Amino acid sequence: MTLTSERRRSVGDTQSHRPVPARRHVPLRVRMRRDSALLVMVAPAVVLLAIFAYVPMAGNVIAWQFYSPYTGFFNSPWVGWDNFERVLNNPQFLDAVQNTLAITAFQLVFFFPIPIALALLLNSVLSPRVRMTIQSIVYLPHFFSWVLVVTVFQQIFGGAGLVNQFLRSNGYAGFDLMTNPDTFLGLVTMQAVWKDAGWGIIIFLAAISTVSNEHYEAAVMDGANRWRRMWHITLPAMRPVIILLLILRLGDSLTVGFEQLILQRGAVGAEVAEVIDTFVYYQGVIYTDWSFAAAAGLMKGVVSLVLVLGANKLAHVFGESGVYKRA
Amino acid sequence: MSIRIDPELVPAPDDGVRRKSGRRRHPLRPAWDEEPSRAGVTVKATVLVVVVLTVVFPLYTILLTSLSTRDSTIRAGGMMVWPDELTWGAYSTILGGGIVTRAMLVSIGVTAVGTLISTAVSVLAAYGLSRTGSLLHRPILFVFLITMFFGAGLIPTYLLVSTLGLIDSYWALILPGAVSAFNILILRNFFQGIDAGILDAARIDGAGDWRILWTIVLPMSKAATAVIALFYGVGYWNAFFNAMLYINDNTKWPLQLVLRSYVLQGASLPGSQDMGDVASGATTGLPVQMAVVVLAVLPIVLVYPFVQKHFTKGVIAGAIKG
Repeated sequence: MTLTSERRRSVGDTQSHRPVPARRHVPLRVRMRRDSALLVMVAPAVVLLAIFAYVPMAGNVIAWQFYSPYTGFFNSPWVGWDNFERVLNNPQFLDAVQNTLAITAFQLVFFFPIPIALALLLNSVLSPRVRMTIQSIVYLPHFFSWVLVVTVFQQIFGGAGLVNQFLRSNGYAGFDLMTNPDTFLGLVTMQAVWKDAGWGIIIFLAAISTVSNEHYEAAVMDGANRWRRMWHITLPAMRPVIILLLILRLGDSLTVGFEQLILQRGAVGAEVAEVIDTFVYYQGVIYTDWSFAAAAGLMKGVVSLVLVLGANKLAHVFGESGVYKRA
Repeated sequence: MSIRIDPELVPAPDDGVRRKSGRRRHPLRPAWDEEPSRAGVTVKATVLVVVVLTVVFPLYTILLTSLSTRDSTIRAGGMMVWPDELTWGAYSTILGGGIVTRAMLVSIGVTAVGTLISTAVSVLAAYGLSRTGSLLHRPILFVFLITMFFGAGLIPTYLLVSTLGLIDSYWALILPGAVSAFNILILRNFFQGIDAGILDAARIDGAGDWRILWTIVLPMSKAATAVIALFYGVGYWNAFFNAMLYINDNTKWPLQLVLRSYVLQGASLPGSQDMGDVASGATTGLPVQMAVVVLAVLPIVLVYPFVQKHFTKGVIAGAIKG
């Protein structure tokens, strides 16, 4: 029979009325036998993560090397910070950073509010059946792959797509939204909205559902109409989630849809569609400048980490629980 | 789907609230909520219908086009909006052997094996980590958490996979992303929500951790496990980038890569009778291309209704509690 240490302590506590030491010492050998099953259970996941997450982390040392697949990790010459300097002096990289930030900023302004608005709208639908049906339909595209989303957009907005088909049959000139660099920001944002806005609703609806009806009743007694109720009750209830997601999005700002952009980079050109992730892919895998690409990727990773931790800190400052709780 | 109506929401017949003449009050409208104006209702309904149509309409035209003949798509000038001469021809073309059939099998196989491995490993790890205070509990948790905040990066991962000799192997599509710390933590959260008394009772009855997991914890968390399995499954089914990186041999391509090359980029489909036809702009007939799209969506649309109702719970548990 095995008991957890907590359980053992609480049992002892009720029987003897003496104060028990805060942590009862359980010998290592006993703990090992007691928890061996648990350790075996965790082992496969730990092994997989060790190989496919931690070994590559160490593999980032090639950023300080002149790596070549022929010499390998151990025999490639060390070059210090050269690769990082090359990255920072590379105009294409700076363009990629700029594009990344532009896309993030654009999506923040034009994508972020939409799920909130949709959640408010859906919440005002009285029939649960209608509400659930709409919700299920709207978040279906979240489960589509980016290849599929881009394909769907091409069939609708592409040069031979439905919109152009309609325009031309009515005597207007066609246009190709899919290959136009000027409207690319709008296009990628539209795609993101189509794919994920419905999914975003879930969390906001959950936040709304925590509001008790008594608040609304009280507000009505005070003469608040439905707009004032939304403004003074529903929105404040959503505030914590909104702030949390906003901060997280800011923390994640160097990562924009990798697959989405790599799929469309060919059609609109690197000028507007190159982001940090696609830059790393092309420099490394396509042009096989491994060390250079690893340095670019590592810089992105480190800056992202700082941003996420900073964002989390910010969330704590705002009194939210953040991604993880402070110990 | 059964719908429970909250009795509080149903107003008494004589609720004393002024209504606009001539309309019946909605049975679910709370007593204190005023009737919306006709214009308001119209605007709201219009917006919602448009939103729903943006999802439904593209899927409808794609399905319709895939069921049309190539001639009718040429007559219509591209995608079909109205039905005309429906046929299964496109499907029998691509499913009669050849690259799409093979890609379909690859995708199904990778998804099945991958989902099984990922879900099993995650459930085990989640239970293993669910008992705070067990040996090495904190350090192992920490090991998982770090991977959520810092990714190793594309280049070293690629080099590792190629060093391990996994290029052009299906394992390259499964192993690198097999476990997600995030999913494990969602499950762990769920497991920790199970009343400790039940587990203690089982322990006193002599059940070990394996038996507790299998006979108590798993049956109690079917919903959460199903959602996690779906997340993994959808991930494997949709995986395009890993395949693009690691699978060079196009006879081993999964469906998403076929979709990209033959539909998005319009390359001609080897082994299809439409080969060499350049007249319609796309080298392969549009119905055939759209049939590939439908095949890529189909499994998701089929599984979705069954797991969909559990999403909200699963997602919220993970996203908010973390």
